Amino acid sequence: MTTHRVHVYGDHVNTDVIFPGKYTYTLKTPEDIAAHALEDLDPTFVSRVQPGDVIVAGSNWGMGSSREQAVTCLKYAGINILIAASFSGLYFRNCINQGILPIVCPGLNTLLQTGDTLEIDVTNNRIIAAGQTFNFTPLSPSVQAIIDAGGLVPMLQMRFLGYVDGYVPAGGKE
Amino acid sequence: MNTGYTFVEKALARAAGVESARAGAILDMRPDLIFSHDNTAAIRRIFEAIGATRMSRPERVAITLDHAVPAPTTQHAQNHAEIREWVRLQGIAHFFEVGRGICHQVISEEALILPGETIFGSDSHTPHFGWLGAFGMGVGRTEMAALWATGALWIRVPESMQIELNGHLRPGVTAKDIALKIIGDRTVGGGQYRSIEFSGNTLPTLSLDERAVLPNMMAEFGAMNAYLPPDQAVFDYLEAKRTRDYTPIYPDADAVYADRYELDVASLEAQIALPHQPDHVVNLSEAVGQPVQQAFIGTCTNGRLEDIEAAAQVLRGQRVRCRLIVIPASSQVLLAATQSGAIATLIEAGASISTPGCGPCMGNHMGIPAPNEATISSANRNFKGRMGTADAPIYLASPYVVAASAIKGAITDPAEFL
Ligand code: SF4
Repeated sequence: MTTHRVHVYGDHVNTDVIFPGKYTYTLKTPEDIAAHALEDLDPTFVSRVQPGDVIVAGSNWGMGSSREQAVTCLKYAGINILIAASFSGLYFRNCINQGILPIVCPGLNTLLQTGDTLEIDVTNNRIIAAGQTFNFTPLSPSVQAIIDAGGLVPMLQMRFLGYVDGYVPAGGKE
Repeated sequence: MNTGYTFVEKALARAAGVESARAGAILDMRPDLIFSHDNTAAIRRIFEAIGATRMSRPERVAITLDHAVPAPTTQHAQNHAEIREWVRLQGIAHFFEVGRGICHQVISEEALILPGETIFGSDSHTPHFGWLGAFGMGVGRTEMAALWATGALWIRVPESMQIELNGHLRPGVTAKDIALKIIGDRTVGGGQYRSIEFSGNTLPTLSLDERAVLPNMMAEFGAMNAYLPPDQAVFDYLEAKRTRDYTPIYPDADAVYADRYELDVASLEAQIALPHQPDHVVNLSEAVGQPVQQAFIGTCTNGRLEDIEAAAQVLRGQRVRCRLIVIPASSQVLLAATQSGAIATLIEAGASISTPGCGPCMGNHMGIPAPNEATISSANRNFKGRMGTADAPIYLASPYVVAASAIKGAITDPAEFL
């Protein structure tokens, strides 16, 4: 059981407000990418966020573009777990492939406010928030293994190279 | 909770080798076919970076050259050369050269994917293969590299949306108009991460060429995949070429759908998507008279024989008043349309015919509009800049409407030419 501070957002948050498109080809370092996380949704997020915090959102979090920086900006800002009523399909895959845990769990974003805390029990797939217990569906062991490896590319590098060489491909969907 | 299963629940359980699965489950899938196109060289670089050397199942890999063919620049030619080298190195038999056609059309014609099977492509229109009852999904380049290396990829089984179509389309109204209507009504996010499962008595009345339009355009609906129940017409189409057996999959009658949409197509009018989004859809009558400088018939959405014959039907004995570019979706389509006389009719009407492939669909070449020139297109996307020029409006409609508009140089109802 771990305790986390939450940042709460609503439905249909798109990738443009999570990480503006105008930065996608210019910003390269983790620090620079993290500095613009949620810039057009919540300008105070970056100054508030602390390592270990989680995001709690409504439905369809991350709709729109396939840009992987919409995940990595949060990862570099210290977020390792995202909870949403639902995720856009591509965003969900990007989370896993980037080594971030996405938890599908409706009902939390209307119950909590930014600054509240919740407890996550990843062993028993439970979240305890505002005195209530929520169960969520665990990832399959093979998908969890991708997260544990730090993402798809490091996992495959371990398998094929025997070490992680730090290469981060641009990715992206046609 | 002993309800039935949707198509996607059954198809993904099969591909993962498990007995059953419900929406929300995460499975490791071994697809029956994976494919890429002109982006193959970029995927190769990721594949090499992860330390892989040999593809795990090269016999289940297909590669087409289609997005910029024949090569318009030295860089494109270099890209194609790298891909040919890769095909040789990996021993890929299902390789389709410049001019064979668009990936989705060619793989369908070659019967490389069959009803009930699963296919992943590094192309967002991979839901296309739902026309023959397969599960098709687009993936990113990193994931395609992983698929080459391991032959497997994880998938979260999506919730499903049922779209029921009933009634007979009126003459001159097509599956394209149905697709535009759905997207217009429910927006580009209406099918987000859903398996779109079509049903209803309209489907068997649609030709095979038309059926492919529906799942193809569900990419613009946000869908993960789309599905039409395959019938004897589909089985017959595949029979001559297929190299393995298959078992079609149908959803159970009591399957659970997260959403439903119903349309009586009998009263549907021709539709048109206005610039710059595929859900800016209105009845064609509301856009009639808008001037266009270019008309384009082709793409994986509407570049098949029936589309070209529809255009020929409208253009017989007419002359175009604006540029008309016609690009058959494959060499087989080009050959059939030549033999049927449709190509001759189009050339006599003033059309320009080009090498089978994507053509100007995504703005690589062969019909990029000048700034402020409007194009009416039979394609699937009209985002700003899609055809290579930002300030060039794109309208999306059926081949009938595109052909009629070419005659007048303005958006036109095809009824007066039919
Ligand atoms: S025709 Fe257009 S939409 Fe279809 S695969 Fe080619 S570029 Fe993509």
